[in-house]
Amino acid sequence: MKKGIIGKKLGMTQIFQEDGTSVPVTVVQAGPCVVVQKKTVETDGYSAVQLGFGESDSLKAIKPVLGHSTRSGKGVFKFLREFKIAGASELGIGDTLSVNQFTAGEFIDVTGTSIGKGFQGVIKRHNFRGGRATHGSRFHRAPGSIAASATPAHVFKNKKMPGQMGNARVTVQRLQIVRIEEENNLMLIKGAIPGHKNNIVLIKNSVKA
Amino acid sequence: MNRIDLLEMEQMKKNIPPFKVGDTVKVNVKIVEGDKQRIQAYQGVVIGRQGGGIRESFTVRKISNGIGVERVFPLHSPNIETIDVMTRGHVRRAKLYYLRNLRGKAARIREKKYVAGA
Repeated sequence: MKKGIIGKKLGMTQIFQEDGTSVPVTVVQAGPCVVVQKKTVETDGYSAVQLGFGESDSLKAIKPVLGHSTRSGKGVFKFLREFKIAGASELGIGDTLSVNQFTAGEFIDVTGTSIGKGFQGVIKRHNFRGGRATHGSRFHRAPGSIAASATPAHVFKNKKMPGQMGNARVTVQRLQIVRIEEENNLMLIKGAIPGHKNNIVLIKNSVKA
Repeated sequence: MNRIDLLEMEQMKKNIPPFKVGDTVKVNVKIVEGDKQRIQAYQGVVIGRQGGGIRESFTVRKISNGIGVERVFPLHSPNIETIDVMTRGHVRRAKLYYLRNLRGKAARIREKKYVAGA
């Protein structure tokens, strides 16, 4: 049973369980999402739905977006994402998917954009150890040797080096839903999810169930 | 007010007595043994309060059999039955970590003579 919804990360807090243990949770405003477009086997070769989330100003939207969104009859959306969800063929354009398709205790995968750290060295980016700070070591935060001379005589592919860290699409698998608040469209997920507050995240049921 | 504050407020206790650093408190803690539940009291001096909202916690220090013991309680934990304030202390620090280096008479805290609102 495949499910999917678009959400907005609101931040983290903790909640107490009955036995007094505190659970760290991420609060996500999940949905409601509107079906904007349907992909069918006949026309596209596969079955999926395009969901819209987050109201946008229709005056600011460019005409192609406006035309595409108004087919759903539910306004213009800030975010459009495609989901291969179960029963996609039964859904009609303009139908709403809400957070109540998920239940507490269920496992989900959350996809988002991780917090950007910029161009980072190997110590921060790959957890290298670095050298001694004092006693004239002359080797502090550098990566060290990256390859040998005669053999193999080149640097291996995927060698860990400095570079852009974060600001990448990341999926965290198998996170548990602690609570669903249907009236506020809130989902409380145990643990952390990628990205800043107010970032858009895609929530699907876990592939690892 | 944002959603997270509202979520936290739902869980926060409303009947916590006002107590400050330097006060001697008796914390009545729920303890579950097997399927039985009982209340155990832990009495000592509050040497610090940390955090805010639902995450707020406080540290209580006491001398047990000649050994200093410190326990950190989450203020809004459901395991805390009640908090009784025994005495109000007069202190000039937010964190009383200096008590760790003092023993016996020197580790006493002067009691407040006038308690506001009392």
